[in-house]
Amino acid sequence: MSELREELKEKIIEQLNLEDVAVADIADDDSLFGDGLGLDSIDALELIVMLDKDYGIKLSDPKEGRKIFESIGVMADYIAEHRTK
Amino acid sequence: MSTKLHIERYCHIKNSTVSLNGAPLFEIASEDFLTFIKAAYKELDTKYSKFFKMDNLSKLAFLAADVLLKEDTSLSEGEKNIAIVLSNRASSLDTDRKHQASISDPKNYYPSPAVFVYTLPNICIGEISIKHKLFSENSFFIFETFSADLLKVYTESLLKTNKAEKVLCGWVDFDADSYEAFLYLVSSEGTIEHNNNEITRLYRL
Repeated sequence: MSELREELKEKIIEQLNLEDVAVADIADDDSLFGDGLGLDSIDALELIVMLDKDYGIKLSDPKEGRKIFESIGVMADYIAEHRTK
Repeated sequence: MSTKLHIERYCHIKNSTVSLNGAPLFEIASEDFLTFIKAAYKELDTKYSKFFKMDNLSKLAFLAADVLLKEDTSLSEGEKNIAIVLSNRASSLDTDRKHQASISDPKNYYPSPAVFVYTLPNICIGEISIKHKLFSENSFFIFETFSADLLKVYTESLLKTNKAEKVLCGWVDFDADSYEAFLYLVSSEGTIEHNNNEITRLYRL
């Protein structure tokens, strides 16, 4: 699980172009949106595409993302349970 | 408005150099655009959290605009009635190609929302407006080549009909490895006359 969390941090930094953010800067329970990592609505859509492309998880309702993308820890738990690739 | 119009100041970004009123502000040996624009962003103390999420055209337009607008202390925040009139040749083609590449293979069809949102050239005007809190008139024209005359006529129309107090205008073009920005601020202030000859002369510097 910790490998998946590190992998997610690396992917988020790279795919969302988070300049000057390192893996070590992101705690597993940091909020990804708002006061945490400061992601926005377009980033949320990118994360939905990432779930589909890299883990074979299709979110039928984008509102599901609100809970799933709460933190790296929550995301990793969801992916581990639902991934198809 | 019968006041004579002038070019207050102008900014060029090309050949790995950012210059203001003809004087270099920042230059770097690298010919790679991303290396150059990242270094320029940091060196020029440009503060905008979304800068690195923008496409190349927006980065180029944003930086040139920021060089000009952060110098502007004549209008306080909330009173910045500065219209934006930009133009280029390649529209948003650089980003359009990236989007096309992401949807060309039906078996690997994963369009990026972050790329897609920049598949219009005027999005860069939105980025500039957000940073500088502008709620003004704006337009983005696609020309075959730089047109001093059209920019001048449109800018004068905005100012003479009191649609704006100043106009940020010019040329910002990005296509493949080629990039060029020439933005200038037009108002009643300044010493350079706002006419076709001067606009063309400054563009060619």
